Amino acid sequence: MADPKPANANKAAGPKTKAVKAATSGSSKSKAKPSATATGKIPMTLSVNGKSLKVEAFPMARLLDVLRESLDLTGTKEGCGEGECGACSVFMDGRLVNSCLVPVLQATTAKIVTIEGVADGNKLQPIQETFITEGGAQCGICTPGMILAAIALLKKHPQPTDAQIREGLSGNLCRCTGYMKIFDSVRVAAERALANEGASTP
Amino acid sequence: MRAYVPGYEMLAPKALDEALGLLAASPETLTPIAGGTDLMVLFECGRLPEGRYLSLWQLDELRGIDITDEFVTLGALTTYRDVRDHPLLQAEFPMLCAAAAESGAIAIQNRGTLGGNIINASPAADSPPALLAYDAEIELVKKGGARWVPYRGFHLDYKVMDKEPGELLRRVRLPRRKDEASWTHFYRKVGTRRYQAISKVCFAGLAQLDSKGAIKVVRIGLASVAPTVLAAVETETALIGQTPSAKLAAQARAAMAKDVTPIDDIRSTAEYRRHVSINLAGAFVDTLSG
Repeated sequence: MADPKPANANKAAGPKTKAVKAATSGSSKSKAKPSATATGKIPMTLSVNGKSLKVEAFPMARLLDVLRESLDLTGTKEGCGEGECGACSVFMDGRLVNSCLVPVLQATTAKIVTIEGVADGNKLQPIQETFITEGGAQCGICTPGMILAAIALLKKHPQPTDAQIREGLSGNLCRCTGYMKIFDSVRVAAERALANEGASTP
Repeated sequence: MRAYVPGYEMLAPKALDEALGLLAASPETLTPIAGGTDLMVLFECGRLPEGRYLSLWQLDELRGIDITDEFVTLGALTTYRDVRDHPLLQAEFPMLCAAAAESGAIAIQNRGTLGGNIINASPAADSPPALLAYDAEIELVKKGGARWVPYRGFHLDYKVMDKEPGELLRRVRLPRRKDEASWTHFYRKVGTRRYQAISKVCFAGLAQLDSKGAIKVVRIGLASVAPTVLAAVETETALIGQTPSAKLAAQARAAMAKDVTPIDDIRSTAEYRRHVSINLAGAFVDTLSG
C-alpha cells in the first residue's frame, strides 16, 4: 500500500553499522520520561489465543516474526510482506489484520488470535471442515489467512453473496489460483450453518 | 534489503498530552506512526529510515466519530473500517465511505487510518479526493496549541504539508449539508484491480443544482494526477453558475486538462491519467444533466 517514492528526502535505511548512530543522534534526549521507551529488545506480554505469553522483542519487530520465531506459532505464514497477500492474517481484538504490517509493540494491548487458536483441540470449525471437504486447500500457504478472512466474512455476512465472498477474500491471494474451490468452501460453510440453524429450530 | 530491526526505537505513550510533550521535545526526529499500513511496507523493504517512532495506536483520544448539527468530526485514528460501516457517513458522505471501502482489503481497512492517509501525503491516497470535495477541515495540535485549517491548501507540494514539526493531526471534520436529496456525489476510483489496488486516477465530485437547474455548488477532488492530491479549481470555476449540458461537459473537459499535471510511474502513464481525468470530468457533468 505504500507510496512508490521514498518519504520526504529520507534516504533508504543505511547499513547496519549506522543503526546505533541513527537511533541516538539528533535531539533525541527528550526531557519527558516516555512510558515505553525502546532501545534494544524489551520484555512484553502478548495475549495470543487466550494465553498470556511473555516475549522479548524489538518494538518495531513485525508481529508476524514474533509469532513465528519467538512463539513458534508457524501457522501464520509470510507471503508478500507488504500487506497485499493476506497469508499473515491474524485477528487483533476481533479484527482481521496483516501481521506483517503490525509493529509488535502495538499488539501488546490487543487480544490476538492466530490460526492455531481457531480449532478447539481436534474439533475443527465448520469453515475448516469445508476447506477439507471442498478442496479449498492446495499448497497451504494461503490457507490460514483464507480461513481467518472467511471467519471474518461469515461473522459480518453469515449468508454472503458471491460478491461479498469476493470482497471479503480480496486481500488474500492464492498462488495456486484455487479460488473457485475456496469460494465453494465458504459457500458450503454458510449453507451448512443455515441448515443447522433450521435443524435446531423446532 | 530488509530493515535492520534494532535500528528502530518506538515510544508508545498512553495519553495525547504525553505524545505532544514527546513531539515537542524532538519535533524533527520523532516520527508518528498510526496503523502502519504505509510505513510498515517501507520498513519491510528497508526503505523506512531508522530512528525513533511515536506510536499513536493506543491513543484513544484520537478515536471516535462525533456528530453535531453542523459537523461530523472524526478522530485521526478513525479506520477505513470505521468510516465505511458508519450509517451517517454512508448517508451524508458516501464518497468517503466508497473511498474507505476501496482502500486495500478488509485487513488494511481495519488498520489504515484517515489521519495516516492524510499525513502520509501520498498523491495517490484515496480518501483525500472525497475530503476535498466535502470541504473537510483538519485540526493540528501541538504542545500548548491547536488550530483548525481547511484541508484544501494543506498539501503544498509532494509530501510537503502546511504542518509544523511537532504538530499532530488530531481530528478531521466535515460540514454537514442541508437538503441531502439535492446533492450529487460522483466518486470513481480507477485502478488495475477492483480491490487492493492503488489508484491510477481517483475522482470525487460533489454538486448541488439550484431551483432553475444551474450549478449552485461544485467541489472536485482528485488523486494520482499531480504531485499532491488536487482540488480541481479550474474545473470548478468553469462549472459554477452554469446549467449542465453537453456543451458544459465539453468545457469541463477542457478545464480539467488545465487542472491536472500527471506523471508516468509504475502504475500508469501521464497520458492515460490525463485522458481518464478529462473523461471523468465530462461524465460528472453528464450525471448532473441527468
